[in-house]
Amino acid sequence: MVNQWAIIAIAFAYVLGVANIFRVNSQVIARKGRDWIYKVVLIAGFVIMFAFGILKGVNEGTTFNWIFMNALYPMQATMFALLAFYIASAAFRAFRIRSFQAALLGVTAVLVMIGRVPIGELVWKDFPNFTEWIMNVPQLAAKRAIMIGAALGAISTGIKVLIGLERTYMGGE
Amino acid sequence: MPASELIGTWVAAGLTLFCFSFLYKDNPFYKFAEHLYVGISAGYWTSLEYHNVFRPNLWDPLMRLDLNLLFTFPGIGFALMWQSIILIVPFAFGILLFSRLTKNFAWLSRWSMALIIGIFAGIAIIGYSTGDLILQINANLLPLWTGNWLSSLNNILLTLGVLTSLLYFFFSKEHKGAIGAGAKIGIWFLMISFGASFGYTVMSRMSLLIGRIYFVLGEWLGIIS
Amino acid sequence: MRNFFEKLEKLDRRIIFIFVAVALILPLVVPLNIKFSSTPPVQSFYDAIEGLPPGSKVLLSADYDPGSMPELWPMHLAALRQLCRKNIKIISTQLWATGSPLAERAFNEVAVEEFHKKYGEDFVNLGFKEGREVVMVSMGNSIPETFPSDYHGNRTKDLPIMKGVKNFSDLALIVNISGGLPGTKEWILQVVSRFHIKLASGCTAVSAPEFYPYLQSGQLTGLLGGMKGAAEYEQLIGVTGLGKRGMDSQSVAHLVIFFFILIGNIAYFSIRGMKKEGD
Repeated sequence: MVNQWAIIAIAFAYVLGVANIFRVNSQVIARKGRDWIYKVVLIAGFVIMFAFGILKGVNEGTTFNWIFMNALYPMQATMFALLAFYIASAAFRAFRIRSFQAALLGVTAVLVMIGRVPIGELVWKDFPNFTEWIMNVPQLAAKRAIMIGAALGAISTGIKVLIGLERTYMGGE
Repeated sequence: MPASELIGTWVAAGLTLFCFSFLYKDNPFYKFAEHLYVGISAGYWTSLEYHNVFRPNLWDPLMRLDLNLLFTFPGIGFALMWQSIILIVPFAFGILLFSRLTKNFAWLSRWSMALIIGIFAGIAIIGYSTGDLILQINANLLPLWTGNWLSSLNNILLTLGVLTSLLYFFFSKEHKGAIGAGAKIGIWFLMISFGASFGYTVMSRMSLLIGRIYFVLGEWLGIIS
Repeated sequence: MRNFFEKLEKLDRRIIFIFVAVALILPLVVPLNIKFSSTPPVQSFYDAIEGLPPGSKVLLSADYDPGSMPELWPMHLAALRQLCRKNIKIISTQLWATGSPLAERAFNEVAVEEFHKKYGEDFVNLGFKEGREVVMVSMGNSIPETFPSDYHGNRTKDLPIMKGVKNFSDLALIVNISGGLPGTKEWILQVVSRFHIKLASGCTAVSAPEFYPYLQSGQLTGLLGGMKGAAEYEQLIGVTGLGKRGMDSQSVAHLVIFFFILIGNIAYFSIRGMKKEGD
């Protein structure tokens, strides 16, 4: 029952977030702040999507769904796709093997990158098995340690919240 | 191809190119696409919350309340419909959240925040203690000699790796002597794991770009099938 | 020579972008068809579904957004194909709002158009629910109460597929396609450990390394990591989708990144060496 209450309350929290976006951007438009014309686009996009969603439904074949498939989906996918270019740029400009530890990181990265694609198997037929070994033994060990440490942290934070020692979520000390 | 699908493909292609234009430099086309994306996203999420949470989990059960029965025979009415009536409580918590937008009554939203955070804290304790702590420690209690040298070596490395990596994060004692040596070995395992994560991250980012190129060259321009 | 390496180090990033774009476009236009084999985590994912008796009910949670589609959409379609082929009944939920239309589209493409399955009897889309881990725990108590109506507004309890389904104990397996948080980790922590049901997961390559400990401990039954995982899985079920087609581009792109790292370091160490000699 309490879980159902949380589901409903969290949904209202999302709407609160959207209401805040509306408020902040409306203020920029009202005082003709920086890039205010783009804020008009933002508000218009929100109103159109919201209106179609509430009034005409969200299922396949609706205008809401058309906007999702032909506007939201390509824009979101492309925003994330841009990261490929930046990771290549970062690999060229910032990836410097200055120490033994950086060398370990770099060599592992290269072995995993080549081993996880078909060209790795073409170079050496056991490359994928070697990459799997890296993932299943040394990599796993470190990830497990991080996991155990994070779990201890999460449990202690949870207990602190429940007994009232942690009150920053309320804006307190 | 139907007209709406054709128009949709061109709109999608246009917006894709607007976003890609950022690679050259920031420009009005990119800014337009960025703001449109934020606006449409916000509208999308709000509509989905309405259709998938507000209506089925709150509004419809409240609307199905038989008010005649409730006011005529309150005891029986409440006994039969208490699960729907009690939804007024989360509804009130939800409305209280909006008090954050005011100056004088913002403190009322703390009640709703307390409910949400409290539930998540409780769930986190159970989940992390069973899933991440106990079961993961249990999975690492491996025999150091299995009869086969390769699996024995793997188990030794796993045990050594977990212990030394955990030792690296132990800051209650200075990393000197045996603890220092252990922590140093722990860093090596951590560097291997970060390298593996970097390799997989590269794979992930490239895949996302492959998807967009596939759309531009395939679905839009028809160069690839 | 030093000038050359200094210019190389300060190379305009837009030239790097061109190299990346060419590396990805060329293999899509001129496929290389490099062969590859399956890895054990993918085989385990396949076996987890293959081992289910026909008529079993499986929860398919599509927890992703369009940002992760190139990696996860091929997995989603391939999983649906295997499930439909085995005549397994599919109950789909989403913990990401953007997953709902994607799940609906996947069902239409595979379950309806390819396998002529009937909505409400062979599969159902219960839609999105807000609340992350709270939803998972709530489903452990009662799925129909958590999802009183499906994506189309039908009452969940009235659907034939939902007869006899109260919570996870009435399901044979959870198949999770995960784009991040909430996703595989939350399903493992909140559901697998607590409600003792098997979980097979497909996830983005970014998240895959952190799930290997769960594979080893048995909390995860199978894992598809990124586009390569999708490609291996497509190969196992005998289809050629975006996963398999993207592998050539992936191979060339990784080689390009490797050369960028190599050249960047050669330039760096050359300049450092020349500076020391100069001193």
